[in-house]
Amino acid sequence: MAGEVSAGAATPGPPLWLLAELTYRCPLHCPFCSNPVDFVRAGAELATSEWRRVLAEARELGAVQLGFSGGEPLSRVDLEELVEAAHGLGFYTNLITSGVGLGAARLRALKDAGLDHIQLSFQDSTRELNDFLSSTRTFELKRRVAADIKANGFPMVMNCVLHRLNIDHVGRIIELAADIGAEFLELANTQYYGWAFHNRSQLLPTREQLVRAEAIVGDSRARFGERLRILFVVPDYFEGRPKRCMNGWGSTMLCIAPDGTALPCQAARVLPGVAFPSVREMSVRDIWFQSPLFNRFRGESWLPEPCRSCPERSKDLGGCRCQAFLLAGDAAVTDPACDKAPDHQLVLDAIAASASPPTHELRFRSPENSRLLSEPAGGNGS
Amino acid sequence: MAAPVSDAAAVTGVRVPRIAPLYRLQWEAAQQAHVLLFPEGMVKLNGSAGEILTRCDGRRTVDAIVAELEALFGQGGLAGEVGAFLEFATGKGWVEWPAK
Repeated sequence: MAGEVSAGAATPGPPLWLLAELTYRCPLHCPFCSNPVDFVRAGAELATSEWRRVLAEARELGAVQLGFSGGEPLSRVDLEELVEAAHGLGFYTNLITSGVGLGAARLRALKDAGLDHIQLSFQDSTRELNDFLSSTRTFELKRRVAADIKANGFPMVMNCVLHRLNIDHVGRIIELAADIGAEFLELANTQYYGWAFHNRSQLLPTREQLVRAEAIVGDSRARFGERLRILFVVPDYFEGRPKRCMNGWGSTMLCIAPDGTALPCQAARVLPGVAFPSVREMSVRDIWFQSPLFNRFRGESWLPEPCRSCPERSKDLGGCRCQAFLLAGDAAVTDPACDKAPDHQLVLDAIAASASPPTHELRFRSPENSRLLSEPAGGNGS
Repeated sequence: MAAPVSDAAAVTGVRVPRIAPLYRLQWEAAQQAHVLLFPEGMVKLNGSAGEILTRCDGRRTVDAIVAELEALFGQGGLAGEVGAFLEFATGKGWVEWPAK
């Protein structure tokens, strides 16, 4: 029973992917963090009992992949308890971590709790740049954690966000993934939301860098084959076509922020004039099927021109709503990453500007910078 | 036998397939399907694929799996179809063939 949805929306399936952002607390300070820039303004974190209810409700709807993320999810002392609850419900449980706080005892406890997989982030293949980007001395720690993860028999995805400062190291990043025994490597070309959008003039690579990196990735895939599967997240600014964001708004992904706000993706908190449902006030079922937010851009009936008459509309569903808002100032227009979009010039201008020196210094993710960037431009802060 | 255990040509009746450790097979009521779960991913299986893979438990031989499915579906001559699917699944890394 799919419940009622607003007129014209496609009947949605279940939220197969549940992303549980347990906390915005993080020991790292990466300038491309996917958390909202104004994370200091978020409400109090959900309690253990609230998370347990969310997990049970989402699982009943059909959610099956579960990501424990953050911030750094290891900052929550109840992580093991939540993993155990999720495992008991039949979720496939993924821990998405920086590795900070993942000592031998905790790894064993997580294994005992039924954790299925660990995704470990590196910021670069060199200690210097890894530690600079994260503003921490964590490179050697991450290498030790990787060895412990494999010693405990976990499958491991290594994740590395790519941008102008490290994309020329992609060959060595791949070598690192092979060295530490990762089964998968996610080379995540930076998506320009949140902190990354603020730091775009520092992070956006040049087209030449991207072409070189893609060639190296292609060679490495042939070399490593099944031993190390390399995912290359589409750098949509350079593609001429937008991504099918989150596999379609409200189609697959349900993200729960640390304070219980329910979102179609991690970045959607940025959208203005929207009432965000909360698991503190609504059931997961009602949020998914009934809430105006999750129905707003579902399916194809809302599509603007030129998408509405485009033969590729079912492929990308108009692209990403957050990107449309961030670049064009309107979440309901065609994603400017598409070269058919009226606002595509904004993306071309950003790429052209990437050849020039950056417009400001890197702003690292920190509570202080979050407070600073949360202030309206007029200085009339909260 | 010296052939690599992952060699698709090794799909013969007396060998014993099992789900590779990277994957977890389970029934999902919401999808009315068996699914293969792996790090951050999922493959939804059609009915016959689900029936074959649930029997890849490291105990049954291919011959035994074929015989069970022929009894289940009430039709003979499934060896070719099952063998072809197991070769496909081996290529995908879903199934492995432990040495005896």
